[in-house]
Amino acid sequence: MSDHAHPTPVAHQFDDREQQTEVGRLGMWLFLATEILFFGGLFTAYLVMRWKWPEAFAVANSKMDVTLGAINTAVLLTSSLTMALGVRAAQLGRGKGSFALIIATMVFGLAFLGIKAVEYARKFQEGLFPGPGFVFEGATGRQVETFFSLYFMMTGLHALHMVVGIGILTVIAAMIRRGRFSPDYYAPVEISGLYWHFVDIIWIFLFPLLYLIHPHL
Amino acid sequence: MSHETAVEGTNYLNNGYSLRSWFLTTDHKRIAILYLFTIVLFFFVGGSFAVLMRLELMSPQGTLVQAETYNKLFTMHGIVMIFFFLIPSIPAVLGNFLIPMMVGARDLAFPRLNLLSWYVFVAGASVTLFALVTGGLDTGWTFYTPFSTSYSNTRVVPAMVGIFITGFSSILTGLNFIVTVHKMRAPGLTWFRLPLFVWSLYATSLVMVLATPVLAITVAMVAFERATGIGIFNPAIGGDPLLFQHLFWFYSHPAVYIMILPAMGVVSEVIATFSRKEVFGYRFVAAASLAIAVYGFLVWGHHMFVSGQSVYAGLVFSILSYLVAIPSAVKVFNWTATLYKGQIWFQTPLLYAFGFIGLFTIGGLTGLFLAAMAVDVHLTDTYFIVAHFHYIMVGGAVMGFMAGIHYWWPKITGRLYPEGWAKFSALVLFVGFNLTFFPQFLLGYLGMPRRYYHYPPEFQVLNVLSTAGASILGVGYLIPLIYLLWSLKRGKVAGANPWGATTLEWQTASPPITQNFPTTPVVTSGSYEFPALEEVHSE
Repeated sequence: MSDHAHPTPVAHQFDDREQQTEVGRLGMWLFLATEILFFGGLFTAYLVMRWKWPEAFAVANSKMDVTLGAINTAVLLTSSLTMALGVRAAQLGRGKGSFALIIATMVFGLAFLGIKAVEYARKFQEGLFPGPGFVFEGATGRQVETFFSLYFMMTGLHALHMVVGIGILTVIAAMIRRGRFSPDYYAPVEISGLYWHFVDIIWIFLFPLLYLIHPHL
Repeated sequence: MSHETAVEGTNYLNNGYSLRSWFLTTDHKRIAILYLFTIVLFFFVGGSFAVLMRLELMSPQGTLVQAETYNKLFTMHGIVMIFFFLIPSIPAVLGNFLIPMMVGARDLAFPRLNLLSWYVFVAGASVTLFALVTGGLDTGWTFYTPFSTSYSNTRVVPAMVGIFITGFSSILTGLNFIVTVHKMRAPGLTWFRLPLFVWSLYATSLVMVLATPVLAITVAMVAFERATGIGIFNPAIGGDPLLFQHLFWFYSHPAVYIMILPAMGVVSEVIATFSRKEVFGYRFVAAASLAIAVYGFLVWGHHMFVSGQSVYAGLVFSILSYLVAIPSAVKVFNWTATLYKGQIWFQTPLLYAFGFIGLFTIGGLTGLFLAAMAVDVHLTDTYFIVAHFHYIMVGGAVMGFMAGIHYWWPKITGRLYPEGWAKFSALVLFVGFNLTFFPQFLLGYLGMPRRYYHYPPEFQVLNVLSTAGASILGVGYLIPLIYLLWSLKRGKVAGANPWGATTLEWQTASPPITQNFPTTPVVTSGSYEFPALEEVHSE
């Protein structure tokens, strides 16, 4: 976008730009594979506990704010759209458009985190945060607490990934402004996009599991 | 590149002497050296815990330490040796040094991530050491719940944080290797021309990348449960301790293959070079590495036969565990077939490789005893288990590490180690190892449980034998430490290729230049095509 673009040189260990791009892409896919296993431990724990305590988990599900969750899902899906468009703009060498779309992605990401913070605050007020302050009347109180400990770990880990993603996009946006990318070289934008979509997909699994399984089993 | 002639005589070691040139280096060879110092330190830390345990077990009544201290000793021995020595040993040191050279590249795909992995390792190790010195840990290296989450009075949370951090160094290393092998190979270096060490580390890396995240999230859950009192693993409030065991062994069984596969890779290289023959059934040995990595993910339940898991699950895990023997045996038989009619040259690396084959075979065959459910009920949590996995981890992985360190020492340092001392210490290690651990098979079969600081008097003879063996083993580890350091200054200058080996890393100077090769090598044949012996002697 600036007149004096400074295209990033090929790193010394690579023969050419193409190799560097392929390496980055494969590296990110592998990293995402590790992430699936990382979240996988929590998903496994959730499934085992849900299998063991279906009633308690159904009761706990009914405490979830489906509206806020649905809004957040829409927000996050939109952010993935702007991200995909941002990558496309970078590929076409449209610096300004790409910059605006990345910023929009970050704004949607921040909106998601804001709504998540509101939800967390409400859960704290209702005494649903696991630990000594947890209040729940009923015989299955401890298992409801287990649901919420899984809820906070899973969504918390997801939110942490969002924060990291916004950090990455900040760097990408700065690089776009400095004119580091061109139709020949936009791999960092593309690779960051992979990460962003991945975090989005994790949410696509979290939302139904934590919010949508209906209490009237 | 323009001043290529001017850099004649410089190499990766004399290319800068400042601390900065080491601690901010992105050269895979220097990072390998950083790792080498770190893990050797941890090896002797972990070894000192073992010394105290063996001294304690000299007498049935336990006179040296109290029960609580003993619990901490075996826990810390396990944690240090597994997470801070064995897992990074061959991959992070030899793999780091050799993979880029073996594929004819200038560096790994992600040099800065490589440096980061070392810092992450040091950070994780520091946090874990902090936990160990400020109260220790007594859960065993397996951290079984609910003891670790609800009852232990030791430093569980900081230890979990340390292990969590360390895991990411392993993930970064594995990721770097996989991408490097896929994308950085020199022209002409097809998959089936790769050295078998590369194949082994490729398989290892797959395990590192896919298993380690599960351990990370599991120890995070343990720490969270311990800190907040929630009940995912605590049966008293509806949690499931078996869930912990499943998650833990989903990592920790494949972790055994993180330790043994790289050692198998070293043995393949050493046997080819010192018998001057192409590895028999190269493709099968390569594929066996991948098969072991895949099977390794499907057998974790054999650690849980007596835990209350369903007997049908146990049956399946038992059968799958037997299957691992097939690719392992393929390797052992193929190494043997490689030696057959080879031009065998008895240098130290080959002695260690022989040690590996023998001890790994014993460790592997006793593993089949344990994979049989009925036998396992008798042997679970006895010294038979301790002996079995030490035959794999020390007899296998450490012997492989020693073989590799001796084999590539001339490449890494440019100097030869003293052959006589090295052969002597290889012998001492072999004798010391067997004297330490063979009696433990007998002890376990007779019913002595592991993890106790005292025992009935009738077990004393075998325990004293084991302790005596451990002293010999300790000497066997100290001798190489001394002569390898000595050789840095006084060893004979090695030259580029002292063993007449054929893989790419030997086709460049010793020690290598920072860029590894003056120009990118072009590969036209497989890794093990040895010229006739007469040609070598005439050179």
